[in-house]
Amino acid sequence: MSMNRREFLKIAGASAILGFGGISAIDALEKVEGAQVLSELKALKAKRWAMIVDIKKFKTEEDYKKVINACNHIHNVPQIANPKHAVKWIWTDTYERTFPDLEYEYAPEEIKQKPFIMLCNHCDNPPCVRVCPVKATFKREDGIVMQDMHRCIGCKFCMAACPYGSRSYNFLPPRSYIKEENKEFPTRTLGVVEKCIFCYERLDKGLPPACVEASNGALIFGDLADPNSEVRKVLSANYVIRRKSELGTRPMVWYLI
Amino acid sequence: MYNGGKIIIGLVIFVGLVTFPLWNNMGKATAKPDPKVDTPEILKLAENERKCVEPKAYMKGEHMKLLNEWRDWVVREGNRIYVNAEGKRYTMSLQNTCMKCHSNKKKFCDECHNYADVKPYCWDCHIAPKEKET
Repeated sequence: MSMNRREFLKIAGASAILGFGGISAIDALEKVEGAQVLSELKALKAKRWAMIVDIKKFKTEEDYKKVINACNHIHNVPQIANPKHAVKWIWTDTYERTFPDLEYEYAPEEIKQKPFIMLCNHCDNPPCVRVCPVKATFKREDGIVMQDMHRCIGCKFCMAACPYGSRSYNFLPPRSYIKEENKEFPTRTLGVVEKCIFCYERLDKGLPPACVEASNGALIFGDLADPNSEVRKVLSANYVIRRKSELGTRPMVWYLI
Repeated sequence: MYNGGKIIIGLVIFVGLVTFPLWNNMGKATAKPDPKVDTPEILKLAENERKCVEPKAYMKGEHMKLLNEWRDWVVREGNRIYVNAEGKRYTMSLQNTCMKCHSNKKKFCDECHNYADVKPYCWDCHIAPKEKET
């Protein structure tokens, strides 16, 4: 069959129109007619969430424990003793391992001995987001680096990319290691990566992160883009440090030493 | 035909094996799924308030799509409130909204899912409501 230019263009045009019609038919199926999706009125909103860890205010072992336990309980974080399989959202380690680039031999003994609180830094330039092949981890508009457990395929690229060790893989079935489940929040399943999510589920309900609430002011949380926020006031009044900032990840957790 | 007998016997055995599931299940009627919506939470509501988020027919056929969309709106977009065509507001949450009324996962979810042999992995992570063992 031969076809002249005019016929070809006619057929091409008609199929393009049909094609677009098909797309709009798919779009129309997306949402039930008349339904709307809104954000919670009470939700805490920010341009860029950030946290300051005031390490001077952590004095006793109890101060650390209550912050860490608040998170672990609310988020159903499994408690696994073997460090190779442990799942960590917020945890402690030594000064030397928190700030390997800032550590020096003659630092005050008190600092050297003190445990430091660590959590996901919710980097402004997060390497984990860049490497995720399925976009399971992504940066929200308010700066929170989120982990979508529905999409995670457990490839562990993000764990290799994160310079802070903030990500944990579920090597063991997590439900067997949760003493008391919080029925309001899901657990995770075998074979996904999890981490701190800055309590996005609590922010959406108008509550501060669980660790901040339990910390008695030792953890300060707020909007970095708002010059009147508490974090900005503390940042402008004190000299603070960040973990491995030379890597260019622009971490959003500051430490007040 | 060379070796005709062997081929025909082979064919008969082959067809028999392939159609095994068909004739094995012939005449055996599987009980029709009968999902129950008679949980104490639903019975507590007034008769005219016993409505799901969307009409029953839609929920029956398309609930998996609705759940998929809810998941994306909440996890990826951070919007948690769903307003249906009647203007009623719901918090989009499988664990805290759907299952608060449908607290009978076994008689509500599993009933049809088992019948249709679909295995959604919701409950690998989401915590199902506690039910009495039956």
